[in-house]
Amino acid sequence: MNEIWAGIVEAFRLIITLDRDLFEITLRSLQVSMSALVIACIFALPFGTWLAIRRFRFRRLTIATLNALMGLPPVVVGLIVYLLLSRSGPFGVLGLLFTPTAMIIAQVIIITPLIASLTHQAMRELWAEYHDLLISLNTTSRQRILTLIWDGRRALLTGALAGFGRAIGEVGAIMIVGGNIDHATRVLTTAIALETGKGDFALALGLGFVLIALALLVNFAIHTLSRTEQEGTW
Amino acid sequence: MVAGINLVALRAVCVKRRSKLILGPVSLDLKGSGLTIVLGPNGAGKTTFLKVLHGIERISSGSVQWSMADRSVRRTQSYVFQRPVMLRRTVRQNLAYPMKLLGQQASKIDEHVIYWANQIGLTEMLNRPATRLSGGEKQKLALGRALIRKPKILFLDEPCANLDGRSTREIETLLLSANSSGTRIIMATHDLGQSRRLATDVVFLLNGQVHEQGPAEDILCSPQTSEAKAFLKGEIVE
Amino acid sequence: MIRLIAIVVSLFATTALAEKMKLAVTTSFHNSGLSDLLLPVILEDTGLEVQLLIVGTGQALRLGEAGDVDAILVHSEAAEEVFVENGFAPYRREIMYNDFVVVGPQTDPADIASADTAVDALTRIAIIKAPFVSRGDASGTHKKELFLWTSIKLDPKLFGTWYNAVGAGMGASLNTASGLGAYILTDRASWLNFANKGELDLLFEGDPILFNQYAYLPIDSKRHPHVNIQAQRLLESWLTSKRAETLINGYTVDGTNVFVFNAFR
Repeated sequence: MNEIWAGIVEAFRLIITLDRDLFEITLRSLQVSMSALVIACIFALPFGTWLAIRRFRFRRLTIATLNALMGLPPVVVGLIVYLLLSRSGPFGVLGLLFTPTAMIIAQVIIITPLIASLTHQAMRELWAEYHDLLISLNTTSRQRILTLIWDGRRALLTGALAGFGRAIGEVGAIMIVGGNIDHATRVLTTAIALETGKGDFALALGLGFVLIALALLVNFAIHTLSRTEQEGTW
Repeated sequence: MVAGINLVALRAVCVKRRSKLILGPVSLDLKGSGLTIVLGPNGAGKTTFLKVLHGIERISSGSVQWSMADRSVRRTQSYVFQRPVMLRRTVRQNLAYPMKLLGQQASKIDEHVIYWANQIGLTEMLNRPATRLSGGEKQKLALGRALIRKPKILFLDEPCANLDGRSTREIETLLLSANSSGTRIIMATHDLGQSRRLATDVVFLLNGQVHEQGPAEDILCSPQTSEAKAFLKGEIVE
Repeated sequence: MIRLIAIVVSLFATTALAEKMKLAVTTSFHNSGLSDLLLPVILEDTGLEVQLLIVGTGQALRLGEAGDVDAILVHSEAAEEVFVENGFAPYRREIMYNDFVVVGPQTDPADIASADTAVDALTRIAIIKAPFVSRGDASGTHKKELFLWTSIKLDPKLFGTWYNAVGAGMGASLNTASGLGAYILTDRASWLNFANKGELDLLFEGDPILFNQYAYLPIDSKRHPHVNIQAQRLLESWLTSKRAETLINGYTVDGTNVFVFNAFR
């Protein structure tokens, strides 16, 4: 209990003194996870929606695979991405290893199945509602996907935020592909791992509380901006 | 639509669901003008019949031949469903939707939206979320949305089923107006009074079969088949 | 919208002015706190930004083999010699040494404080089967520990549950030892800098066999042409300079000298 209190105090101290290192790694955490979120959504939202409206032979299998991919251990993803980006690997010439870009790539791979799956579930419901009308109006596949995504945007936002939460709290994959290099690829989660490993629990906890506060702030900000709780809107 | 010219021809059309025959075999022709009422009790297959004509129900056998170029026949048709589908948007956006799909200009869309909102009496509610309308208002909105693209053919499935007398009258007025402006209407109902008020010709359905078809006065005043007679006497409820 | 894009792009701007190189080091080197001291000085003196990847010895060697780093700094002589033999590095350059110590519970049930040699201390632990934490991760520290066991003909694979191989870095292993109240072999520097000592104490030290040599190995550019040769040479000459000697020899934790500079010039 002492340790936890020390952690809370440490978190306040870091924030109030506007600790420069804290600011740097927090900003980087946001950069990496936000970028991963945006890129993942570009893939996942249309794909998840398309999956909800299309009927094809391997549909059940695709959905099952998608749900299974949600359970991919992040550290395994990290290892695979490392092997791909390593100088001795196929994409080594790109020199992406141990950069924030590599971290973004790993996180995109991790959160895309999650967002796609949540999108699919939300869109299935909406599609059942809109199905007759959209077919009657002779809409193209593209028009259907765009209409569903727009009208279902509140539910999709929740899915996206779930993806963001998964990304910003992730540590295994980005440790491997980022290397936790000070002033280059260190983020909140990897810093927490490092300080824990040094036995400095107070600092680790402090960073942890900052991370939690950050996640809350982002969620709150996005919900406010999209006025999700406004009366009369869905 | 030129009177007397064939609009659509159905030949031996059957619809099976899970090996059960729910419609057919149906063979008939519909002419190019007028207001057709598809009459019959609940469960007669009226909805299926309409959906087959509109092309959103798959037929198990037979053929449906339209007289106009077959390429996306649906584009000139509109359909009002039994339970109107409201987009989770405002009334204005619902009305605008079919035109937005065609990539029309915003100003032109606005013009049409305001005109039709007026026609259906929903001008006050343009900015209200469509899902918060009453049953009658939703039905009127669905109708406005169906007419905004000036379809050549309009299908309606029991549009006044859950409405009060006033809303029913408003909708019927709209339909007659649209019809006289050149929209071919094919409408399903079990309401005899409505049939008498609106129909130029009638298709009588019972248990998935067309028992009679012809001009309204013929069917409604002097039906030939025993089934039609029984229905008109009020003996068949469903 | 454009403003938003501009802000996002500026967040990604990097300061690409300093010469950069990637150096893989062991957790024990970082945990000693020495890297925090040396890196800023290196940047100031040479303009070289050394990016540290703090990993276990095994992973450091692996990164070196793959050419994902420009050089490595580890403390496992046998493994280093194999590394050089296989052509991944042209040579190994000794820089400094520290020593290993055995820490354990204050109560010292195996009474290793009165042992004469390191081997004796470990034997006493094995005899009473006192809880022991091993790095278990093929690191320099781990290899030293295994070396000690094999010199008294004991095979850790046959040990019972008192022997905990955690497969983790020095700090994490110390955490576990602290939590279990177990004995553990650790380098002195990491121990002094460790913030969660709990009921652990330094119980055995001084045996020359616990000598721990750190060496610098630049990755061979014939194997991996993309490595930063200039930076490698720059860092190596700094690490073996008088400046480095002064800093390394003068580095203390809790008033204790932790490293001894021993590079030949």
